[in-house]
Amino acid sequence: MELILQSIINGLIQGGFFALFAVGLVLIFGVMGVVNFAHGELVMVGAYTVWLLHAQNGIPFIPVILIAIILVTVIGLLMERFLFRPTCNDPLAGLICSIGILFILQVLATVVGGDGPSKQVPPPYQGTLILFDFLRVPYQRVFSFFVSAAGLGTLWYFLTRTKLGWALRAVALDREASALQGININRISMIAIGVGGALAGLAGALMAPLTNINPHMGHNVIITAFIVTIVGGVGSLSGAVIAAVIYALFHTFITVYFGGVIATICGLLLMVVVLIIKPTGIMGVRVSE
Amino acid sequence: MKIIIRLLKIIAVIIFLAGLIVLPHYLKFHYQDLLIFLTVNVLVVASYRIVTLTGEWSLIHAVMMGVGAYTAALLFKNFNLAIWFTLPLAGGMAGLIAALLSFPLFRMTQFYFLIGSFAAGEAIRLTWMQFIVPFGGSGGLSGIEPPMIGSIDFMDPIPYYYLALGVVSACLFILYRIEKSRIGLTLHAVHWKAPLAQSVGVDTWRYRALAFIIGSFFVGIAGALKIHYLGTITPNQFGIGFMVFILIWVIVGGYNTIFGPVIGVVVLTIFDESVRGFGELRPAIYGGVLIISILFLPLGLESIYTKFLTLCGIGGNSSDGPPP
Repeated sequence: MELILQSIINGLIQGGFFALFAVGLVLIFGVMGVVNFAHGELVMVGAYTVWLLHAQNGIPFIPVILIAIILVTVIGLLMERFLFRPTCNDPLAGLICSIGILFILQVLATVVGGDGPSKQVPPPYQGTLILFDFLRVPYQRVFSFFVSAAGLGTLWYFLTRTKLGWALRAVALDREASALQGININRISMIAIGVGGALAGLAGALMAPLTNINPHMGHNVIITAFIVTIVGGVGSLSGAVIAAVIYALFHTFITVYFGGVIATICGLLLMVVVLIIKPTGIMGVRVSE
Repeated sequence: MKIIIRLLKIIAVIIFLAGLIVLPHYLKFHYQDLLIFLTVNVLVVASYRIVTLTGEWSLIHAVMMGVGAYTAALLFKNFNLAIWFTLPLAGGMAGLIAALLSFPLFRMTQFYFLIGSFAAGEAIRLTWMQFIVPFGGSGGLSGIEPPMIGSIDFMDPIPYYYLALGVVSACLFILYRIEKSRIGLTLHAVHWKAPLAQSVGVDTWRYRALAFIIGSFFVGIAGALKIHYLGTITPNQFGIGFMVFILIWVIVGGYNTIFGPVIGVVVLTIFDESVRGFGELRPAIYGGVLIISILFLPLGLESIYTKFLTLCGIGGNSSDGPPP
């Protein structure tokens, strides 16, 4: 019983991270039609920023998070302007370009951090929150959970309550029709990848003290993001958030009882099953051809 | 004029083949190794092209190569089968797995197929990692020996190169014939005019699956060929990293004709060797070249040749492009 409750709490916190980067991937795919394979590497850059500035140079954690967000956003904007916009007619070309970026960012991380073992960032918030005498949640995780929830809340507000957010959702629904309404597609694409990049940077910065940091950490991130995106329904942001929480719980429980690799295999099988039974995902809308 | 060009082409092909045969004798040991892997990779990209003919880009091809390689390795280690039996059985196993996977996978198209094939492949690969018996876990298996026939020891790179060259040439010839056959033409039709093809009675689902099975069969052979020379097999050899390289070779080379991917793998392998001195920076240089070639040469390296022919007024217009 204690193990189950503990796993539920861990799963929920994990779900916050999953949602942060999966939502960014969905946003970029929805608006620009590009599968950003380098999304995991954007998260990795966020984590490296924290390692370099906070753990190595002692700059306080909160400003470092902001720096990570800005840095990753800028990388995202550069990718949009110089890679995705010139190749917007060919989705495959965008995908290949993002793979090129993936290689470059991995090498940059190796150059900055060296090739040695994975880096660790000591948690800036020490101590453990003890609930009902048996649930133990480190303060670092509590902090991460609330910040990711706040990030997602801000995104929700932006998308549903501001004019720019409406424009963004309109472009995701129908590019040409929105262009005819006078929406500047290029500007919206910039905003989409900016928001996606900012969320990836935030996810990376928050994950940094809780995980091993190495140049290849993006691999697991992108697999998770794919699973969450498919299960939630491609193009559905609320679906991605719900799927992130469901998948995080699923993954945490299987990891606790059977081990991490089995959990990932089950996750991938879950994704294939969803693709077969309900390709539109739990919240997706069927798109006519 | 035309006869002369034809004659020149035949002479060029003969010189090319003769070059391939004498080439390993002039190379250092390290390059002989590389030549064998290059030969295998040519089969990998050529078989991938059959899959892409129908317009579906799969991300499971590297894992299919692994299926063939693991089949060959397990057959060799457990039953001591010779390479003559493991090669076709490896291909057959990859084809069989592809046939089974085609039921779920080809319910999807485009983006969903891409992601679905990626997921299925990762699930297979993680299975190899998870089960120490019989797959050896993440450490893999070792001690897979190349064959020995009479006094010819295939442990030596040069005889093994001739073996690989023979097998790969035969496979390439079959792949080329398949593409030019009725099946190949139907695959083109399924890609460019799926509704029209359906309206004249072509079962597009079945042809997509067929292309996938044929491609997997040949890449399975390639996997077995590689593993018999390498001697060790690990799940990471067939990860998304290698799949990405397959994609890069095909896209940088160009995928309108069967020559494009082959050109891509040869040129990029040579390029990769020439930047070996840069050490850990190598992937970044690779990534940069990839982006540049996508931005400035979207039809691939082969388009240089077609452009050159058009410039000379011979008209090298490929018939495989999209219909107007």
